[in-house]
Amino acid sequence: MKRLLGVTLLGAILVAGAAEAREYDKVRFGVDVPYEPMEYRTPDGELTGFDIELGNALCAEMEIECEWIVQGWDGIIPGLLSRKYDAIMSSMTINDERREQVLFSDPYITPPSAWFAPADSNIETPNAEALEGKTIGVQRGTLQDNYVTDNFGDVARVSRYATADDMVLDMDAGRLDIVFLDFPIGKATLLDSEAGNYQVVGEMITEPKKYFGDGFGIAFRQRDEELAAKFNEALATLKENGTYNEIYNRYFGNNNQ
Amino acid sequence: MEALIANITELLAENTIFNAQTLGYYGEGLVTTVQLVFLSLIIGLVLAIPLAIGRGSKRKWIKMPIFFYTYVFRGTPLLVQLYLIYYGVVFVEGIQDTWLWLILERPFYPALIAFTLNTAAYTTEIFHGAIKATSRGEIEAARAYGMSYSLMMRRIILPSAFRRALPAYGNEVIFMLHASAIASVVTIMDLTGAARFVYARFYAPFEAFLFVAAIYLCLTFAILYLFRYLEKRMLAHLKPASQ
Repeated sequence: MKRLLGVTLLGAILVAGAAEAREYDKVRFGVDVPYEPMEYRTPDGELTGFDIELGNALCAEMEIECEWIVQGWDGIIPGLLSRKYDAIMSSMTINDERREQVLFSDPYITPPSAWFAPADSNIETPNAEALEGKTIGVQRGTLQDNYVTDNFGDVARVSRYATADDMVLDMDAGRLDIVFLDFPIGKATLLDSEAGNYQVVGEMITEPKKYFGDGFGIAFRQRDEELAAKFNEALATLKENGTYNEIYNRYFGNNNQ
Repeated sequence: MEALIANITELLAENTIFNAQTLGYYGEGLVTTVQLVFLSLIIGLVLAIPLAIGRGSKRKWIKMPIFFYTYVFRGTPLLVQLYLIYYGVVFVEGIQDTWLWLILERPFYPALIAFTLNTAAYTTEIFHGAIKATSRGEIEAARAYGMSYSLMMRRIILPSAFRRALPAYGNEVIFMLHASAIASVVTIMDLTGAARFVYARFYAPFEAFLFVAAIYLCLTFAILYLFRYLEKRMLAHLKPASQ
């Protein structure tokens, strides 16, 4: 009798668990703004950007509702784990350190990182020699921070900022010699909005994989495998039917592909 | 020393978060925090003594500017003051070309200036209150002896006022230590900056912040102990006579 009860209970729990896993009529995304052009606010306060548009397109494809919740970068993974939202779509690079905490979708974009310096900078190739004694700006906790800290932390001074805005402000002020950023972000905040003042220095950097990973992915809680699979499916569909390219070209143009 | 480092490295070989590099950050952070807090307290204290005397002056043109200063710096958050001094000044046209930029370029001095002005404002008010609380009898006695204002200040009022201010000032020192945690928003790697770095890199809030909280506790304990010792010595005459 006891055993029968146990089996019934176990069965009930399994059924309930499966039912819960299937019901995704609404997905909440955590996002850190501003991070132009990936995610930012329009002058009238609407959230927009590549991530937001692609995320909404994915939700439309899956016929579920999307909600965006703004969360600072420092606490974005803890926020996911503590269920403040169900997924992170905020220019998050897939790497092994993060994989220990979250489950990633397939990469949806692989942007390179690049060095940006004032137009009159005398740094030509950013290596340990050229960067000796310089001040390098990075956003705290990003992969660029890790890359710069490990490779140039001994020779250069690394300034870590909470937001990209603060960093641009200090770059304008002349406190930074060079910054290391995601290329699309640097292009939008430094090259486009302050034309002529800044330049890209050296090559685009996407290696080694230890730092730069496999591109940006949507992060889920590790048990939400089914949700991640649905997003991967929708992403493949959007890439096939041209919606993905349409959004991509609107933000980065063909020349960056 | 090297043997010690080798020992620690070996001990932490299995630990991904607290390795030699992150402990180095915490160590540097501790030095930066202590430097910032200690220097701002010392300079603030030196500034506060004349300001506190002036704050109690009968002359309006001395009293009012000092009152305005303490009102502004006690009436706005330290974080706002720090932002204004670090980010605000760069909007002053051409400041990069003046000697001031040598001071303002790195984040350490702007933070030191903000902290100093802030603690000086609070300390001024603490001392001013203590000076005002000097008992009437002492002042009247000093006057009866024919002491001049400055002599009375030096021999009677200030020594007893400092003693009375000691417990409140001890509090201010501890507040300042804790307020210094905001230095990390202007890229200073103080204790909290190191903790935020470790937190952001390993996504480990508990490990990063509990460790740094323990260091702050130790520092606070040292300050408490120092002030308790000072109070025991300086305020001995106010205690009831032992049986």
